[in-house]
Amino acid sequence: MSAVHAVHATHAVHKEPVAVVGIGQTKHAAARRDVSIAGLVREAARRALDDAELDWTDIEAVVLGKAPDFFEGVMMPELHLADALGAAGKPVLRVHTAGSVGGSTALVAANLVAARIHGTVLALAFEKQSESNAMWGLSLPVPFQPPLLAGAGGFFAPHVRAYIRRTGAPPGVGALVAYKDRRNALKNPYAHLHEHGITLEKVRSSPMLWDPVRYSETCPSSDGACAVVLTGRAGAARSPHPPAWLHGGAMRSEPTLFAGKDFVSPRAGRDCAADVYRQAGITDPRGEIDVAELYVPFSWYEPMWLENLGFAAEGEGWKLTESGATALDGDLPVNPSGGVLSTNPIGASGLIRFAEAALQVRGRAGEHQVDGVRRALGHAYGGGAQFFAMWLVGDRPPGG
Amino acid sequence: MALTAPLVVEFPFTRSLGPVQSAFLTGLRERTVLGVRTADGRVLVPPAEYDPGTAEELRDLVEVGSTGTVTTWSWEPDPRPKRPLRTPFAWVLVRLDGADTALLHALDAPGPEAVHTGMRVRIRWAAERTGAITDIACFEPYGGEERRAHVTPHSGQFADPVTVLTTPARLDYTYTPGRAQSRHLDALARHRITGERCPACRKVYVPPRGVCPTCGVATAEEVDVGPRGTVTTFCVVNIKARHLDIDVPYVYAHIALDGADLALHGRIAGIPCEQVRMGLRVEPVWTGDGRHPDHYRPTGEPDAAYDTYKGLL
Repeated sequence: MSAVHAVHATHAVHKEPVAVVGIGQTKHAAARRDVSIAGLVREAARRALDDAELDWTDIEAVVLGKAPDFFEGVMMPELHLADALGAAGKPVLRVHTAGSVGGSTALVAANLVAARIHGTVLALAFEKQSESNAMWGLSLPVPFQPPLLAGAGGFFAPHVRAYIRRTGAPPGVGALVAYKDRRNALKNPYAHLHEHGITLEKVRSSPMLWDPVRYSETCPSSDGACAVVLTGRAGAARSPHPPAWLHGGAMRSEPTLFAGKDFVSPRAGRDCAADVYRQAGITDPRGEIDVAELYVPFSWYEPMWLENLGFAAEGEGWKLTESGATALDGDLPVNPSGGVLSTNPIGASGLIRFAEAALQVRGRAGEHQVDGVRRALGHAYGGGAQFFAMWLVGDRPPGG
Repeated sequence: MALTAPLVVEFPFTRSLGPVQSAFLTGLRERTVLGVRTADGRVLVPPAEYDPGTAEELRDLVEVGSTGTVTTWSWEPDPRPKRPLRTPFAWVLVRLDGADTALLHALDAPGPEAVHTGMRVRIRWAAERTGAITDIACFEPYGGEERRAHVTPHSGQFADPVTVLTTPARLDYTYTPGRAQSRHLDALARHRITGERCPACRKVYVPPRGVCPTCGVATAEEVDVGPRGTVTTFCVVNIKARHLDIDVPYVYAHIALDGADLALHGRIAGIPCEQVRMGLRVEPVWTGDGRHPDHYRPTGEPDAAYDTYKGLL
């Protein structure tokens, strides 16, 4: 093992440092009927280019991500989106890792820069769920199998129950997360849900959809896109605004179902985080990471991921949430943007997490900016809790 | 033994058209063909929202002619269902008068000998038009000369514009469950539940897949499991999914059958939803001639201790 690590370390010296110099996202909504899919991705891409003060000719490659094709019923949408994304004469790559795809898309693009294959790369992820129905798309019947599954909520709710049983968490912790994230979203103009009248009581009394998961503890179905511009040292030097620097990024996968799978705290998630922390030199995530944007589509996944990612000891994640540490004014704000619970264009949701982490270290998150962020984690997961993608970004170049 | 079944995936997807496609399709409804002019003066028909070369946003709409020239073609001798024409026809790329790019459509012609690149054609409009590419029924031969000066600026504004299109899609598959699952289904029909043991890790998979996902080796050793098992975790479903014919509320449970190394998914009945709990002991209930158990019901045994199933969560 040590020899392998030594080789990695040697190679790391020769990698190009990767900087995020442009970030753009659409106004997310239940249905963006005002734009085509091309118009939707264009809105995010144009804003990312404007942020970086770059134009289409500055982009050398486009990496595009989205979740299952049944969410719009367009196979290979990258074919007809090439015009809108200025991809003529350039490589276009499609990434597909279900709900984590936005994160994977950013990492594929970052690797192209780190390997010096391309100098400046546009990573974009989108979903226009209003053109289909996600619950239908996630529950297609299979012959000879009894049809039972009712969407993602029905899939994940039993795992939430298992978490509550395993940790002895009091039943109200999920509502605290939902209340926090929906309130954070009020400070984010791009968020889909702006529930001005939200109260903790309203969350607690909202309809029980998949017991133990309530309506207000469930992500919405959104149309939206997110884009980031990634570049190396030379591009960062020309950036009109402070860049975010990539300190570590990793992806891990595991089968959907296997004997010994820990659905509450999947091994692929733990391994992915450990890899990112090793790359970034993080030994105490709770102490060294200032903000986390975690993929929390159902409220209880906040304490679950806090444990999986090493922010809390096993069984202690709910205590961190309950203490208020993950609130906007806590010492480890989680999802200051309002998170997936407030905005969920599935294919884009992972990239929004990555982009929001970068916005925080750049000091450009607007009203939901947390003071003095040096390091932030962006996290995404997908499929049956089987694909994981994470990056850790900082306000200074790696090693600097 | 080899089971097969049809699998149909079907959905009426919608398309938000955006400003350019909305104008183009609404125009067809009004027997007006719109193109879009690029910065370098070319006219694209059908119009693009963004310049394919430079990526610039295109919004400068123009009206072009309803006559044009075939730039290339292919004969379809035996039209498949849902083709634009029922009789043999030519697929054509037509550069409409005033346009610099060609539009794909059908040409009604008596035979391939009547079609040639460079031939003049004109639009045959559909009698009923809704704002779709099918508002052009097809093209037909036309004797007139090309009229280059036909391009005129157009606002793209129409009363009652088409903004969203419904595009039903249907995929027809033949599903074959394969060797391991077929054997499992065959046993189920005889009210036996079987799994397969991995020769490497010795874990028993139910339902079997013919392969161990952890070890990556084939599995073949059949093992009887259950029929009794333990509810490891569950949720109560209160929301009706559009494809599911199950009354809500119902309990969707993970059930570790005795002898299995991972839980399968089933519905719990014969007990009020609010009394279902982790650790509940259950057994399968077959009804009618269903292959799968219709549901699982409590056995009346004492609940399983948490330690006996916590490793299966």
